[in-house]
Formats: sequence, structure tokens, C-alpha cells
Amino acid sequence: MSLINASVDSAIAIAERRRNKLGSSVYSGRSSVVLERGFMALKTSNWIIVASGFVEPVLYLLAFGFGIGQLVGAVSGSNGQQISYAAFIAPALLATSAMNGAIYDSTWNVFFKMHFAKLYQTMLSTSLGPLDVAIGEISWALLRGLVYSLGFMTVMAALGLITSWWAILAIPGAVLIAFGFASVGMGITSYLKNLHQMNWINFFMLPMFLFSGTFYPLSIYPDWLQAFIQAWPLWHAIQLERAFMLGNLSPEIFGHILYFVAMIVLGLVFTTKRLTALFMR
Amino acid sequence: MNSSMSMQNMIEAKGLTKKYADFVAVDGIDFVVKRGEAFGLLGPNGAGKSTTMKMIASVSKRTGGELTILGKDPNKYGPEIRAHLGVVPQQDNLDRELKVHENLFSYGRFFGLSRKFLKGKVEELLEFAQLTEKRNSKAEELSGGMKRRLTIARGLVNEPEILMLDEPTTGLDPQARHILWDRLFRLKEQGVTLVITTHYMDEAEQLCDRLIVMDKGKIMAEGSPANLIREYSSKEVLEVRFGSSRNAEVAEQLKGIGDRIEILPDRILIYSENGEADLRTILTRGLDPVTSLVRRSSLEDVFLRLTGRTLVE
Ligand SMILES: Nc1ncnc2c1ncn2[C@@H]1O[C@H](COP(=O)(O)OP(=O)(O)OP(=O)(O)O)[C@@H](O)[C@H]1O
Ligand SMILES: [Mg+2]
Repeated sequence: MSLINASVDSAIAIAERRRNKLGSSVYSGRSSVVLERGFMALKTSNWIIVASGFVEPVLYLLAFGFGIGQLVGAVSGSNGQQISYAAFIAPALLATSAMNGAIYDSTWNVFFKMHFAKLYQTMLSTSLGPLDVAIGEISWALLRGLVYSLGFMTVMAALGLITSWWAILAIPGAVLIAFGFASVGMGITSYLKNLHQMNWINFFMLPMFLFSGTFYPLSIYPDWLQAFIQAWPLWHAIQLERAFMLGNLSPEIFGHILYFVAMIVLGLVFTTKRLTALFMR
Repeated sequence: MNSSMSMQNMIEAKGLTKKYADFVAVDGIDFVVKRGEAFGLLGPNGAGKSTTMKMIASVSKRTGGELTILGKDPNKYGPEIRAHLGVVPQQDNLDRELKVHENLFSYGRFFGLSRKFLKGKVEELLEFAQLTEKRNSKAEELSGGMKRRLTIARGLVNEPEILMLDEPTTGLDPQARHILWDRLFRLKEQGVTLVITTHYMDEAEQLCDRLIVMDKGKIMAEGSPANLIREYSSKEVLEVRFGSSRNAEVAEQLKGIGDRIEILPDRILIYSENGEADLRTILTRGLDPVTSLVRRSSLEDVFLRLTGRTLVE
């Protein structure tokens, strides 16, 4: 319309570029600005709470790995090699780190932003679409999961628990795990209406952490219980990270990867649906 | 895509309807907003003004009728339409985790605007909102009126063609209100289309070229403030008080004076073309009001006539 700002793209020109592209009514291709806002707000977040999420698995590693590990002695990995108990549980705790970071952000923080800060309402009154917000917020939660797991890997390396070059794959593994949990976490949170319901998330998290083959192999359970636990995401996450950290790669890992890809897609679909229903109805 | 004729119409609504479950919040309204116009939505609480604003702002889906903004259907072109709009919602929804200047900056980034452009724009808007000194305060530390000013400034970050203001001046002090009116006039001069809701009739009279009065989701009247006053009220209003106990009985004897008489508990309103003359008539009939006042008819008279004086919930 005006030529004054010809050198600068107007909001309109930017938005019109996506016209007629697939999903242009819910997606403007700009989820990165949602992440940017996350970094801006980072300065004001409570660092003690952020750090505590990272410290927890480290404490488990020290207490169980080196405390109980003294009593247990060496255990055999899935292909029969003898490893220390600490090396056995460390990959599981790494997967848990990725999960924790992703879940904290995609549940409690998302709930706060959704219902108290009305942040998504603000974002959706601009030319952003609900899918931009979903991807942006899920990526933000993913980043926290990734930071936790990188921190945890540093601790593992310092303690001499990284023995295989395959372990490098545990990093993309952690990204996948964090992405899956962040996506499903935000999807579920977007359907919850009050803090009471939010507490149910914790109710599921603790048993899942304790019983998903974290501290001992699943084989000690009866078959039906094994099957039940194998339906839960953390088991797949632990299997994946254990395979990478110990260098026991088998075709099974594709199953675990697929499980997380499904989580990511489902979480994105439901989050987008729900954001649309909540703020654009 | 658009012919130049339809470009003149920034917003077109036909039979626009919004239902929440069984409840009809907006009940089949028709209106058109032209480019560069200041268009007002008036109506009592719950009339459906904010609901209408949200549908135009493409953050709420209509449940019936037609709506186009710049010729585009918000159901299909939501993000694209929102790029043209500046939105000031009824309730401030600032980003309380961010500072004042970051609120403006991040909002601009949501539109995809470049950092370079925003650097200058943010300063300009801080100046506009008179918040330059508060730039580094957290948004939640601002006073109510400052928050309102920041929300209004935020709505301008993408240099919108249509500015949607839902009760923009609620909570502002008189100075800030007048400054805002001045700014809105200037935006209008630059060709920005304004859509405003307000409960201040003086504000509507000042700002709006044309307005609709809504009640219970329906349009009760439409026109320019002057036309509405002409159509639904008289030129002047004579207010007389005889003391609350006598008002009703005196009213009997006022028959035939003015166009229309309204009896309120504390005073009697006589809608008339010539208030002074009617007052003389009252005095010659031997009635002696405790106080009397002749004033020009205002939009408030129209509003009350159309939507009633009682609170209907
Ligand atoms: N999300 C919602 N769900 C159900 N009903 C709603 C919702 N939003 C608004 N309503 C109802 O729709 C009607 C119109 O509300 P709206 O907010 O549009 O009124 P308004 O004219 O803006 O009033 P006010 O002057 O008080 O701001 C009200 O009866 C309100 O209760
Ligand atoms: Mg309202």
C-alpha cells in the first residue's frame, strides 16, 4: 500500500507468502519466533527449579549406581557382556533426564501459559497459527530435555561410564525422546482444565520411572507385566539409550524410534486441535 | 483478487451469527465497514460486542452467516487476515514474563517482522505509549492504565490497516484518554480503519463516523452519531426535578409539552426541540421545578432509549 517501508517486508507481505500452501490456515512457518520468545523469558525463570530437574537423575546415578552398585557387582548387558551396575542404569537415567526436562516444560509451564498468562491467546492474535505455537512450545520443551541429557552425559563421561563410540548416538536419541514426551505432554496438558488434573501427570510419572526396566531388566517380571510396561514410552526410551550407550545395536531400535515418531505426530495433532478449539472457537 | 469496489469494504458481515452451545451471543447481524472509517459498536454488557470483535479478529469462528475481512474469509485465511489487523482486546493479555520493550519486540516478531525494523518501531511505540521510562520494567509491574497503553501500542506494531479496539480507554485517566483520542485521529488521517467498542458515549460521539447499537446480539440502530440523535432523540433535553415524591404526580400535568416525556425516580426528562420554550410553558402552568436544566441531546439518550434503562441480565 505505502512505499515508505519498501525495503522492509510488511507483516502483510510476510503472511501472504504462505497463501495457498498446505496448512496455511493453521501454520505460518514461523514457529522459531515462539522459541525466540522462550529465550527472552529465560532470564526471569526460576533457576533453582530448572536445576533441580537436572540434578535428580544425577542423584539417582550416584546413590544407586555407586551405592547399590557396590552390593550388586557386575551385571550382564543385553548381549552378555559384563558391565558395572552404574553403567547399566546410567542410560536409563539419561533417558529419564530427557523425559523430565521435556515434561516439566510441556506440562506445568504450558498449563500456566495457557490458563493464567494467556500467552497463546496473545500469540494467536498475530499472524501465527496454532501449529506454529504447538511446534514452537514443544521445541522449547524439547530443548530443556536436551540440555538435561547433555548435562547428564557430561556427568557420565566424567565418571567413566561412556565406553562406546556409539554413545554419540545417544544425543540424537535424547532429542527424539524429549521431542516425543514434549509433544504428548503438551497435547495432554492442553486438555486438562485444572491443577488437580495436572497432578495426575506426576501420578503416572513416578511408577513409570521406577518400573520401566530402569534399575533391573524387565525379564524378572511375569510376561503380562512385561507386555504392559512395554506399552509405556519410557521403556522404549530406556531401551533406545541403553542400546546406543552400550553399543548393542539391533533392529529393535527401529521399533523404539517409530514409537517416538508416533508420539511426536499425535502430540502435535492434538495440541493444534486443542489450541484451535480453546482460543479460536 | 479483489475488485476496487469491494476493496472499499474492509469488513462485510451478513447474517453474522455466533452461538456458544445453545446460547446465541451474536444473532445474525449485517454491517459493512469502509476503508478509513471509524466504526463503533455500542451496546450494554453482554450485547455481543466483544464476540463480534473476536470474529473479525479471526480468533473466533462464526457459527453462521458470512464474514469477510478485506474480501477474505477468516475461516480460510486466518493468519493472513490477522497480519492486517491490530488488536486491542478488552482484557490486557501482556506477556508478564517479559519487560515492557520486550513485549513490543516479541509481538512484532510473531508477525515475522525483522529485528532491524522492530528496533526503531519499538522506540516509536514506547514514545507513543509514554512508557519510555518504564521500558525495562516487567509488564506485570505496570499500573492498570500503563498496561492498557502498552496493549494499545502493541496493537500498532505491525502497522495495521484495521485497528480493533475493544474498550480501549477503560481504566485510563482523562489525560491518557484525550491523548489516545488524538492518536487515533491521527491514525485515521493516515488511512487506518478503526473498529471501536466503548461504554463512553462521549468517546463514541468524538471518535466514530458511524456506529451500530447492539442489544442481545442484535443490531438496534445504525448511523452516524448525529443521525442517530436526530432519529432517536430530540434536539434538546429539558431535565426538571420536583423532588422524588412529586415527580410522578406532576408528570400528569406536563402532557403535551415536548416530543416525549420520560419519568425517572429522581427527575423528569422532556425531549424537545426547544428546551427553554418548554421550560417557560411549565412555569406558566404554575409548576415550579426545584431545579431545571436544558442540554443538548446526546448519544447517551439514544443509547438509553434503544437499550432501556434497566439492567437486563
Ligand atoms: N466463551 C464463551 N462461552 C460462552 N458464552 C460466552 C463466551 N463468550 C461470551 N459469551 C456470552 O456471549 C454474550 C456476549 O458476550 P460479549 O463478551 O460479546 O459481550 P460484550 O458486548 O462485549 O459485553 P461487555 O460490554 O460486558 O464487554 C454474553 O452473554 C456472554 O456471556
Ligand atoms: Mg466486551
